[in-house]
Amino acid sequence: MDTVDISRLKSGEVNLGTSIMAVQFKDGVIIGADSRTTTGSYIANRVTDKLTHVHDRVYCCRSGSAADTQAVADIVHYYLQMYTQQFGSPPAVHTAAALFQKICYENKDALSAGIIVAGWDKEVGPSVYNIPLGGGLFRQPWAIGGSGSTYVYGYCDATYQEGWGKEECVNFVKNTLALAMSRDGSSGGVIRMCVITEEGVERLFIPGDQLPRFWEGKEVIGQDSATKSTYEAVPIDVEV
Amino acid sequence: MTSIGTGYDLSSSTYSPDGRIFQVEYANKAVENSGTAIGLRVKDGVVLAVEKLVHSKLLVPESNRRIQTVDKHIGLATAGLLADGRHLANRARDEAENYRDTYRSPSPVKALADRLGLYVQAYTLYSSVRPFGISSILGGIDKEGPQLFVVEPSGVFFGYHGAAVGKGRQLAKTELEKLQLSDLTTREAVYESARIIHLVHDDAKDKDFELEVSWIGPETNGLHLPIPKDLWQEADKRAREALDEEMVD
Repeated sequence: MDTVDISRLKSGEVNLGTSIMAVQFKDGVIIGADSRTTTGSYIANRVTDKLTHVHDRVYCCRSGSAADTQAVADIVHYYLQMYTQQFGSPPAVHTAAALFQKICYENKDALSAGIIVAGWDKEVGPSVYNIPLGGGLFRQPWAIGGSGSTYVYGYCDATYQEGWGKEECVNFVKNTLALAMSRDGSSGGVIRMCVITEEGVERLFIPGDQLPRFWEGKEVIGQDSATKSTYEAVPIDVEV
Repeated sequence: MTSIGTGYDLSSSTYSPDGRIFQVEYANKAVENSGTAIGLRVKDGVVLAVEKLVHSKLLVPESNRRIQTVDKHIGLATAGLLADGRHLANRARDEAENYRDTYRSPSPVKALADRLGLYVQAYTLYSSVRPFGISSILGGIDKEGPQLFVVEPSGVFFGYHGAAVGKGRQLAKTELEKLQLSDLTTREAVYESARIIHLVHDDAKDKDFELEVSWIGPETNGLHLPIPKDLWQEADKRAREALDEEMVD
């Protein structure tokens, strides 16, 4: 039985090495992502929008193969349009997540897609669903994904509190993604966020030069002021 | 009343000059000649009841159910050709399961009625098959509340507060219209449905019948179930008493 080979993208295939996350709060959800798409070490797109609309109040964050996740999101978008037409009301986030999961699980051998589905619906309110590589479905209050997420599990576990409002969640997402982007080579660029509530979807944008900054290592180790040399650096004389 | 569709009534794929498909109309006749089935959509639930005509004393009581459970929360009662009813119930089960599998949610009753309507209509298109000889009453509770639909042999379906199909449907409909369905509780609806079934049964034409009732409501926790034995006995007793009362003139 073939196992899932998660590390192998086909040659030339474009990778969303990524940091994505979604957080649920009282009135809605905040989803966020970095903006880097790589083919090997070349950054194919440094301003990617990884937050994809599948329905008016349901978005997904895409990580993994760009082609795979775009194709899956397109299919789910189609199915949700059909659903709305047939049943006369917007689908639940749970329904959208179920459709994603069906595709990701049944094609697990062929796909390389880690997707976070988040949104707001009338019955349940806000919800976040994480669909990692194998095609499992997990509802969580907050979810992180992509290659950059591995570096920020500790930060998230230590920082997250229940009962936050919109502002605190936005800051949580911003800081988490900034940290992930600074450590993960496959993540970077700008931070894109969406706030999805009953009223609508608000897009937020943080340019690369306004990212939150953490320890940047300005200090130079190994030179303390007492023994600092009084000599200034001089160029070496070189005989021509 | 019954017009002869000579020559235009041999297959489903032939229209008559006045735009009718006689085969579908004949299918409705099969429904009209069968035992009555009724459905009541009330304040907090749905009740389905069937007049099961017993054609032989050798039959084991309660062994030939006319009301099938389609999904945990939906029931299907049919009038007409019983074998067609079984087939449609199986199809309904498949459709309900398919909905669950795709959307990970129980099927709304309307969605199921829509799918059944589509399926039944497909059999009115071809000369190689015959239309279904049944009208199905679909009752269930979903997140919009109690729902009741009737799918006819043509594939058309409507939502109802009260529905009746089969032999005694005219009388049943008159009785249903007298009731304030949206004020009844599910239990009260059980008693009313039993009374109506007893009322429409014509002792002269058909000898014996069995009353089959099922319900979905707060007392069943949203599941479609046959009514419990004691409730059945109480409903049957009250129905007979109500009949006797009316007979006094």
